[in-house]
Formats: sequence, C-alpha cells, structure tokens
Amino acid sequence: MAKWIKITETENIPAMGSRVIKYGEIEIAVFKTRDGSIFAINNECPHKQGKLSEGLVHEHVVTCPMHNWDIDLKSGKALGNDSGCTNVYESKIEDDIFYISL
Amino acid sequence: MKEKLVVIGNGMSGLRTIEDLFDIQKDKYDITIFGDEPHLNYNRIMLSYLLSGEKTFEETIINHQTWYDEHHITLNKGDKVIKIDKENKKVFSQSGKELSYDKLLIATGSNSFIPKTIGSELENVIGFRTKLDSDTILDLISKDKTAVVVGGGLLGLEAAYGIAMHGIKTILVHRSGSVLSQQLDSTGGRLLQKNLETYGIEFKLNTTIEKIEGETKVESVTFTDGQTVESNIVVFATGIVPNKALAIETGLETKKGIVVNDHLQTSDENIFAIGECAEHNGNTYGLVAPLYEQAKFCAKKLAGKESDGYSGSTLSTRLKISGVDLFSAGDYLGDETTEELILLDEKVGIYKKLVIYDNKIIGIVLYGDTVDASWYLKLLKEHTDISDLRTKILFGKSALAGDAGHGGDDIKAMSDDEEICGCNGITKGQVVCGIRDNDLKTLGEVKACTKAGASCGSCLGIVEQILVDTLGDEYNDTVEGICDCCDVGHKDIKECIDSNEFDNVYDVFKELDWKTDDGCMKCRPAVNYYLLVKYNDDKYKNDKRSALVNDRVFANIQKDGTYSVVPRIWGGLTSPKELKDMADIAVKYDVPTVKFTGGQRLDMLGVRKDQLAPMWKDLNDAGFVSGQAYAKGLRTVKTCVGNQWCRFGTQDAMQTGIDIEKMTWGSWTPHKFKIAVSGCPRNCAEATIKDIGVIAVDSGWEISIAGNGGIKVRVTDFFTKVATNEELYHHIKAIMQFYREDAYYLERTAHWVERVGLQYVKDALLKDKSQVDFYAARFNESQRTAQIDPWEKSRKDGFTDEFSPIVIAPEQSESFEAKVTV
Repeated sequence: MAKWIKITETENIPAMGSRVIKYGEIEIAVFKTRDGSIFAINNECPHKQGKLSEGLVHEHVVTCPMHNWDIDLKSGKALGNDSGCTNVYESKIEDDIFYISL
Repeated sequence: MKEKLVVIGNGMSGLRTIEDLFDIQKDKYDITIFGDEPHLNYNRIMLSYLLSGEKTFEETIINHQTWYDEHHITLNKGDKVIKIDKENKKVFSQSGKELSYDKLLIATGSNSFIPKTIGSELENVIGFRTKLDSDTILDLISKDKTAVVVGGGLLGLEAAYGIAMHGIKTILVHRSGSVLSQQLDSTGGRLLQKNLETYGIEFKLNTTIEKIEGETKVESVTFTDGQTVESNIVVFATGIVPNKALAIETGLETKKGIVVNDHLQTSDENIFAIGECAEHNGNTYGLVAPLYEQAKFCAKKLAGKESDGYSGSTLSTRLKISGVDLFSAGDYLGDETTEELILLDEKVGIYKKLVIYDNKIIGIVLYGDTVDASWYLKLLKEHTDISDLRTKILFGKSALAGDAGHGGDDIKAMSDDEEICGCNGITKGQVVCGIRDNDLKTLGEVKACTKAGASCGSCLGIVEQILVDTLGDEYNDTVEGICDCCDVGHKDIKECIDSNEFDNVYDVFKELDWKTDDGCMKCRPAVNYYLLVKYNDDKYKNDKRSALVNDRVFANIQKDGTYSVVPRIWGGLTSPKELKDMADIAVKYDVPTVKFTGGQRLDMLGVRKDQLAPMWKDLNDAGFVSGQAYAKGLRTVKTCVGNQWCRFGTQDAMQTGIDIEKMTWGSWTPHKFKIAVSGCPRNCAEATIKDIGVIAVDSGWEISIAGNGGIKVRVTDFFTKVATNEELYHHIKAIMQFYREDAYYLERTAHWVERVGLQYVKDALLKDKSQVDFYAARFNESQRTAQIDPWEKSRKDGFTDEFSPIVIAPEQSESFEAKVTV
C-alpha cells in the first residue's frame, strides 16, 4: 500500500528550481514551478539517465541538462519527437509540508 | 461563439495562412474554404515534376483530407464563390451556397495570361497553372507532333522540360534574346539554354507566334521567323494575371491586383487578400516564398495579434528542372553604379555573379553551383559589408579562411549515407527523409525532428543547405523565432529590450507575444543575457533560474551527474604553494581525476554536487576564485613565457596575460570568451585561434580577433596594432564590450564576425578614438558588479544550501507515515 512520506517544508524547494530527495536507494527530483505547483519525479532522464534535477524548469516541464529532452513533470513522459518515460510520484502539500506517496 | 472565417481559394497561400493562424491560435474561427479546383491543396510549384512524371499527384498534396477533418474545416472543393456581399458580410457560391462571414480571405491566385494571337482561341491553346493543364498536356502530346511552348520564363522552361522528358519534340519560343530574362543575365541565360538543348528542347529566340491554325483544335503553328510546324498543343507561359475579378465586382480597391496594406487587408478591413492575387506596395508576387511571408503577417492580424506588418520581399528563384542548378535574387542586372564579381567556367557550366553596391551584395546569379545560395542570400538580406570577403567570396563559404581540412560542403555531391551531424550521428539521407516525410519547412523544425544540428550546431550551415536544396522555392529563410516559443529573432528581441524597460524575462515574453509563459531552455537564457547586458548586474538581478545548469551552479556537469571544479590560475601562472594547496584540497575531497586543461589550469573532475560548497570554501580560503570554466564569459588568458625567460620573446607575455585576466575576469559575454597572449610572432600561446589573440612584435602588440579552435578551426583576423600595454588593455575592453552588446546570445566571436563582417567591427571601433573610449568605459562600468567571485558569493548568500540532497531514511519515515495517514 502506498504511504505518504513527509519530505520537507515547501519553502525549502526553490521556485523554478529543484531539490534532490534521497530515500534509501531511490533518488527523486522535486520541482517547484512558477505557479507554485510541486512535482516529484524519478531523477533520471529516460534517454541517458541525466539528472533531471539539474534541468531548466518551464511551465510543467523540465529540460534535461544532458541532451535537452523535455520531460513532462506530471506524467514523466518525454515530449516532442522524443519518446520515453520516467517514473513520477504522487505528492501532496498539507500545511506547507510536502509529502510523497511511495 | 467562434467567429466565422471564409477562405476563397484552396491553394498554397490561403492554406499556409490558416496553418500559421493555428500556430498562434487554434480555435478562434470556424473555417470554411471554397476552392474552384476539385482537389485538396496541392503544391503548384511541383507541377513541372508532375508533368515530367518525376512525381505523382499524391506526392504533391500538401494538406490531406485528414488535416481538414482534424481542424474541423469545411472544404467545398470544385465550388467557386461568385459573389461577395460586403455590406451584409456574405458570400455566394456557384452551387448555391450562401454563407456569412466575420472575416473573409481572398486567395484566388492568378490566371495564365494568353496574349491575343491569331488562333489563340482554338482548343488546346492552354496555360500552365493547374493540374488540369498538366493533365491536358499529358493527354495530348504525341511523338509525331511538335509541342510548342511560348515564353522563356521559369514556367515556360519548366513546361518545355516536362514535355521534352517524354521524348516529344518541343519548341520553345521566346520573344527576347535570352531565356529567363526576368531572373538571369544573358551569360546565365546562354548557359542554361545550352544545358536545356541537351534535353531536346529547340529554342527560337527573338521570335513570337505569327498564327495558330486549325479547324477547332490546334493543327499547325507558324512563327515570326517564317517556319511552320505541325502541332497539336500550344502552351502559353507568358505571364500571369492576378485573379481579381471577384474583388472588382465587390468594389474593393484593385490596381494590378487586389490592393492590400501591410496586414494584408483590402480596402474593406474585414476582407483580406493574400498571394498572387494581392498587390502590396505596388508589387504583385508570383513566387512562393513571398506569399508564405505574407501568410505570417496575415495570420497574425487574423489572430488579433499586433505585428510590424509585411514590408515586401526580396525575391529569389530556383528553377525546378532536375539537373539544372540555378538561383537568382535581388538586382541581378545591376547598373552603372554597381560592380560585378564574376566567376565563369563555360566548359564545366558554372557561372556565379554577385552584383555589389557600396560593398554590399544587392544581386545574385548562380548557375551550375548553387551550394552557397543561402549564404549569399543571407549576406544580401542582412546588408553585410563584404569588403573583407571580396577576394574569396565567389569560391563560396567553404573557401573562407579558417576552414582548414574540411573541404567544400557540396550538398549535391554528398551521398545519402554521409554523416553530417557528428553529435547525433545523422546522415544526409536522414535529414532529407525527415524534411520530406514530415513536411518540414524551417531549420528549427529540422533540428527538432531530425536532431541534426541540435547539439553543437556546427553543422547547421550544411543542414540549412540541405533544407534549401530539398525544398527549393518553398524554402523561406525569413527570420525564424529563436525557439518554438516565439516568432522573433535575436535582433528583434534586442531592439525590444533596448527600447523598453523590463524587470524580468517574463515581462519580455509578454511584450513580445511569447506562445509560452515561461519560455524554454533556448529563449530564457538568451533573454536573461540581453537584460543583463542592458542593465548590468546591479540594476537587473541575473536570474539563476534562467541559466542552464553550469551557469547556475558555477561548475561543469559531467555525464554521471558529478561536476568539475576549475579555479582561476591567472595567466596560467601558478606557484608551488598554490599547487600544494590545490593538491591538498583534491586529496581531501577524494577527487578521482585531476587534469590540466587546454587553457593552462587544473580541472578537478568527479566532484559531487554536495561537495561543491565546502570545496569552494577551502579553495577561497587558499586564495583561489572560480575559474568560470562554465561561463558564457571570460574563460582563460593563455600565455607563453614571453621575454621573462624566452630568448625569442619581445614582450612580457606572462605579466600582460595576468593583467588582462585580472581586468576581464567575471565579465559575461554572448558565449565563452578566450584570450591568449604570445610574446613573439612564433605564437606559442596559440593566440590566433582565440576570441582575442594578442601577439607581441618588437614595436608593440598586434591584436587579432574572432579565432576559434573548435570543430571548425578559424584563424583570427588582424584587428589593429598598438604600441603600449595601456592601449592594448583599452582596446581589449572595447572589443569585448562591443561584442557583448552587438552579437547574438550564443554566437561566438568567429560566427559573429562572419555574420556582420570584420569591416563592421573595425568601423564601429577604429574610425575614431572616441569609439574605443566609449566602449571601454562601458566595459569598466559593467565590471564593477561583475568581478565578484560566484563561489564565495553563492556560499555566503545561502544559494548553495540547495546543492545538498534531502536524505530521508526509510526506517524513520515509516513511523512518521503512520502519523499522517491517521
């Protein structure tokens, strides 16, 4: 069964930036977009495993810093002419605390 | 409720307008199209291939039925609009349809012009405009009859070629002394004629048709030279007349064509006209590129978006006859005030002529070798001063200095399996297929779809040539947006930023009608850069979130996600103490790889992101600052030992290099910037492949600029010579500042100088001394806020806090999870 894991206060995630979450062996990139939404996504580009956490955020998309694949933060899918998908995690914000479902 | 848009004409320009409209706004209009031809929108330019049998009709269709369906467009094929009631905003069609509109677009194209001749009313005297014409010709031609084509213009030659390809005896009559006189001078015309004669076309120049005879159909043709031939078909390609009948009946203003303003509006603001039927500023156009240009502006107006409006087109032409390479543009004839650069090899069949006025290309004729067509056209459109290219320009772009070991980029000679994009492993064949299969029209689309040129970009020139070669006339090289988010080029963005005030990149996006809210990895760093140049780093805060990873975290990301750390080593000089400190730090952080860089410093590779801040602290404490090996800004100043040690040295290269690096570090530029100082002309610091190369001579320093040691080696161009170190520093500041303000983002000095011309840079800085003073002073001003070590600053202002991961131990979180889910 999925469990909600407390991650951090939302203010610790920079707007238009990201934080890396390490949960055991799992590495998750957490993004805050300009509209204040927060997304949790496996920190691995489906292309060549680039660290998505280091990418540029625009709308609900991150551009991988390795070869500029655009990854949809909500679905984890590669956009445009690229195809591939990385894992996304369900998340929620309660009382300014960010949780991920694992 | 949606507004109603009715389009009269189901051809290339009308449909392109709709496609462009969809790019801006998908669902503003309910769209209905009337087309009097019973077909989908097909590529009329390909008619000659249809006639010659080199293409099927299916291959010439641009918009398939599925496209109309997907966009919920009602298409009335084979139904002609016969009346417009502009007072009540209604149209009436031949089949009896009555439809009201909010906006009406007339794209009725043109008709063949058949001059009154004896017998011109006979059956089988036709024009060459439509699929029906092509079908008629194919039905009629037979081996024992001669086909006659009238008119030696583009269309006439293509028609004659198409017919001759079926082994039919074809006579082409042309009233002037040289074919294609609208696009070619007489030398070019002669070469072309010679080539076409090999296909079996007989030319009758300075000749017209005396009479056409026959019962009801064409039976014989007599020419003004007295000859009579048995013939069953006469194709007139003697020009086109804008199809404006409907507009005249409607009471719209017409002259040669339907008169339109810069937004393609007719005298009735709700009625637009575009394409061959429209007349803009006294000009009507019959080629596709200008029509597509008009479509862009028309679409904007229809979408309700502001634009500067259409300002006319520079015409360029290609002949679509297989095996004939021909290109012309601009004022290819010239007059007594112009000069001509000519290369002519009649035997091989190559002719190149550039018409020059005031050191700028104003006209182009290329025959037999059109590989450089897009380059020349670019120079023409951008009014580039070609003084420095003059001696080599006719030999093409590949002949320019610095293209060492690359050979020519002859697209046609390339085999399909030849790799053109080394970064992504894309072959010429893949690019061509990509363009054809996906109907790609712009360099941006080709990059996005095929990935060719999408990485380092050094092959973009070749990719563009392939695009031009594949599309022919359809290629439209007008300003492309810098990315998919916008329709504006760097020039427009810079102008907009210069003439308005902005707080952040997003305000610029709004002002320039970006299609996205946040931009993307291409435009956001660019716009951030232009704002930084305008305001410097005190009035505008450099936006880290608009920077790509390396510029954001002040280190270079590696393939495994670790980083490399490069401290500044001033002028490449270090000391035993510095080396020891650095070694201790490398040991402390267990750095797996330490390597000397090409810029004379030490690169520590394999550092984890969370190690960066403590490592920087140790480096700062030992007196180091960031080497900015990641920056779009000054990287290194490389030096040789100079006259401190070298027996050949004439100046103190080491100290001069250190001084220059102390003066320029921290500065941001459109792309990375490298300087080198050599103490004598032996040039051991390899200064001639740097952005600025400084070479000592006995009497002072020679400054050269725009070198590049990357994929395409480019040797610097000599800029000026100075006597003293003070003058040297002054000039370096001015050059960097002018480059910073004038070049486009991500344009290296080499590409910048090739685009604008060396003379332009010299004119801007060397004409009188006040110019160097001006730019040097602006450089000093910006350096006040630029020379702050980013490593120290980002540690102290807390930015590096986000470099560490948030570690959550699964066993601890489990118990917590129990609490929140209750």
